[in-house]
Amino acid sequence: MSARVPGPVMVAAGCGGTGRELEPYLGPAGLDGLDFVTRSITLDARPGGPGPRLVEVPGGIVNAVGLPNPGLEHFLATELPWLVRAGARVIVSIAGATMGEYADLARRLSRAPGVAGLEVNVGAPDEVGVGLFEVREPYHSASVIAAVRREFPADRPVLAKLRPDVSRIVEGARSCHEAGATAVVVGNAVPAAFPDGRAGGLSGPAIAPIALRCVATVHQTVPEVPLIACGGVRDAASATAYLRAGASAVQVGTALLHDPTTLARLRADLETSHQEDP
Amino acid sequence: MAESRAPVHVTGEVVATKRIGGYRHLTLTAPGVPESFRAGNFVAVTVEGHVARRALWVHRVRASSAFGPTLDVVVETRGSGTAWLAAQPVGARVTITGPLGRPFALPKDPVSCLLVGEGYAAAPLFPLAERLRERGCQVSLLVSAPDEAHLLSALEARRSARSVTVLTADGSVGQRGTVADHVDDLLVRSNADVVYAAGPTAVIRAAAAAAERAGAWSQVAVEVPTPCGTGLCHGCPLPVVGEDGVDRVIRACTEGPVVRGDRVRWEAM
Repeated sequence: MSARVPGPVMVAAGCGGTGRELEPYLGPAGLDGLDFVTRSITLDARPGGPGPRLVEVPGGIVNAVGLPNPGLEHFLATELPWLVRAGARVIVSIAGATMGEYADLARRLSRAPGVAGLEVNVGAPDEVGVGLFEVREPYHSASVIAAVRREFPADRPVLAKLRPDVSRIVEGARSCHEAGATAVVVGNAVPAAFPDGRAGGLSGPAIAPIALRCVATVHQTVPEVPLIACGGVRDAASATAYLRAGASAVQVGTALLHDPTTLARLRADLETSHQEDP
Repeated sequence: MAESRAPVHVTGEVVATKRIGGYRHLTLTAPGVPESFRAGNFVAVTVEGHVARRALWVHRVRASSAFGPTLDVVVETRGSGTAWLAAQPVGARVTITGPLGRPFALPKDPVSCLLVGEGYAAAPLFPLAERLRERGCQVSLLVSAPDEAHLLSALEARRSARSVTVLTADGSVGQRGTVADHVDDLLVRSNADVVYAAGPTAVIRAAAAAAERAGAWSQVAVEVPTPCGTGLCHGCPLPVVGEDGVDRVIRACTEGPVVRGDRVRWEAM
């Protein structure tokens, strides 16, 4: 049995808190049935980077949050059970410094009750700066995906989250798909800098045209690769643009920081348009 | 009491706007927010054309008025976002999320409390003073500012506070000096068991240190930039020591903004 591609509306990694903080804004259904991608979880706890971690720029934000998370152990003991009880379909984003760490994370998460799938963070805008496995070349990402796929049951999705770099995205998507990724998430924040030159990633409406170009290019070149779009999704129009370009789902991230009710509205809007357009 | 404490995201309206000294005071309706507000909570406001939110301290809550329940916020213009907010006229619609964050914890017994605040960020101490007085606590208030224009008026607080001390760095009103200069003395004179502090880091740090020296408890409302205010972005790191003695970095907007003064790792801020 092959894994189902999640969606059509998902919470993007790192933008839903631990789930509890998002719940008040999701309407009566809450997290029930929602594809919730966690912030990236690492084997050991990480305090995250120093402040300021986010700075506002026209059309978006630049962030260098530094993957703060309580580590796998604590996540499994506290955050995961809460999300599962709330009815979320929990897709755990994982990040590691080595291929072995990615494999370890995948193996241990495969045994944890309630993990619906994994999203492999192989497209961080500054992986070297935050101590992650470096994915300069598409085959680096593909090797990580293969290592994760070996440890994780085939009937549950493994998503590969890549950088929205139009010159490399087709090769990256193809090789990750061949390595066993159920779908490719296009994409992560765009490598950028804070006003003081510090490395970070740009997200928000500013990057939507870039991610859209990547989604369209991948879909045209390798249509067999299921795509999940991420980048500046804030309303039905921006989501529909991605779905028309070939994505089968969208992730909502930065928009939640601006308006935490975006997700509830978008879910309702897309369901309505789906009913009207059989 | 089954009252919901979950924050809401609502459209409110500016019902009054007033410039007092260097600050703009806005009175807002925000259905559901004043009703579940507790002193120390804050609100996040959407600014047109900006992705990040603006976090504002709540200076006063009225349970009823001609406009229904309202809340007062104090805006200091620091950039284009706060300038936009300060310029909103009566009748303008504003998107507000709140109440957010952990409020001040109130003592169970009617103890003596010293409240220490500086600048616009002293705002949450005013609703706190009212709650404390309702519980029979003796409230001493110390408000400070660089100069008179940046001093929140303590006139109304005189109803809630047994004593009010005003400090300005330039001596333009009240006594001359800083919180660090005066807080120990005031702590002794007020015989306070609990110190509540709100304001810039240096001020709340001085208040927490004085409390520590005097063997009093302290709670501080920390002000670090909170890009979303709701706990989603992890963008407002606050270094603390946990109850278990382990160093952690928490989110100021969610696990704060009010934390125990002796838990903050000030040197890491």
